Amino acid sequence: MSHDHDHSHGHDDHTHPPSETELRVKALESLLVEKGLVDPGALDEIVQTYEHRVGPRNGAQVVAKAWSDPGFRLRLLEDAGEATATLGFTGRQGEHITAVENTPEVHNLVVCTLCSCYPWPLLGLPPAWYKSAPYRARAVRDPRGVLREFGTELPEEVEIRVWDSTAEMRYLVVPERPAGTEDWSEDELAKLVTRNSMIGVETALTPAQLRAREES
Amino acid sequence: MNGAHDLGGMDGLGPINPEPETQEPVFHADWERKVLALTLASGALGRWSIDAARHARENRHPIDYLSSRYYELWLKALEKQLVENGLITSEELHTGRAERRVTPEDGVRVPDRAAIAAGLARGKSYKLDTPLEPRFKAGQQVRVRNVHPKGHTRAPRYARGRIGTVREDYGVYIFADKSAQGVEEGQHLYSVAFAAPELWGPQGAAADQVMIDLWDDHLEAV
Repeated sequence: MSHDHDHSHGHDDHTHPPSETELRVKALESLLVEKGLVDPGALDEIVQTYEHRVGPRNGAQVVAKAWSDPGFRLRLLEDAGEATATLGFTGRQGEHITAVENTPEVHNLVVCTLCSCYPWPLLGLPPAWYKSAPYRARAVRDPRGVLREFGTELPEEVEIRVWDSTAEMRYLVVPERPAGTEDWSEDELAKLVTRNSMIGVETALTPAQLRAREES
Repeated sequence: MNGAHDLGGMDGLGPINPEPETQEPVFHADWERKVLALTLASGALGRWSIDAARHARENRHPIDYLSSRYYELWLKALEKQLVENGLITSEELHTGRAERRVTPEDGVRVPDRAAIAAGLARGKSYKLDTPLEPRFKAGQQVRVRNVHPKGHTRAPRYARGRIGTVREDYGVYIFADKSAQGVEEGQHLYSVAFAAPELWGPQGAAADQVMIDLWDDHLEAV
């Protein structure tokens, strides 16, 4: 990527919060527990689920299977909800799923300009940048500029389709299978499928990129 | 509402500055974990729809919306919804002390760990079986109605008045704009394709498209 990663700017989510917010959250939590409106065990269950159990490895498994199994690929493109449910990936914010496939001619990119809609059971909770104002503002209007910011350059003739998630349909991008992976197993292929490639801001890793990532 | 949340096409917001994927934690601070958990657990009490929650987050002064962190918006919305729906009093919110515990007479069913886990794994279908005739069909040209409702709407401003082509009829889904007002009504939901130049003029690449999900009430025949 061509830019540096300076997160000291103040307009997004990942700077340290003012202690006022921390205190306000703590106060609300104690109040709701004291009133009996929330169960502390239920709160812990929610955090455990999204911090440790549900994440982009699920989506990567779906994509790797679509790359390896032509029948599954067809079922995924036809009815992604049904196909992903057969792998056990169901749940909140993934009730209705459409899979869109990248090809040499078409590149897909997913955004939610109005809030932060995202396929939780397949990708987990969205990264901070996906929820940020600049991404939501620019993805629909300047998709090539957005892709460049992620280090992704597409040939001029490639058609870009941006999916604005304005309803309860959630979109999963199936990236192109990298060259040189013809004899790879599903488990090996899944390692090439990054979260960002399933949002559509990047392509899947090449075998060389995976090696470099594993060595670093 | 024409709020600051409706960001498609806005200028001046600076670079995206994404954190590298392999380095970004799920939460950036402990209070974010708590806000997510409190929001989902409170939502599971069933007093409001997901659309009402979205409206509570977006219905703020634009300066407040754009200068708040993501989970801060969730927190502000949750506090407001808890009070407005009578689950806590503003006095309780202010002092942080419970005036009384909820009792069975309050009609509140509080899900425990197992019930929450089951709910997260199950989700909630927004698709309805209501047999409704679609107003539009795949391949048809449609215009997004040029209306500016004060309440919640899922028709983004950048598409209003613009002409697109129905790509697919997804079937009957709960209409978000009404659901935000507490009314569960089904309408056909469509995936509508807009050519980039129709939305952005000559700045849009001729071959590029933006797909938007829109309900019957958002659209009119061309």
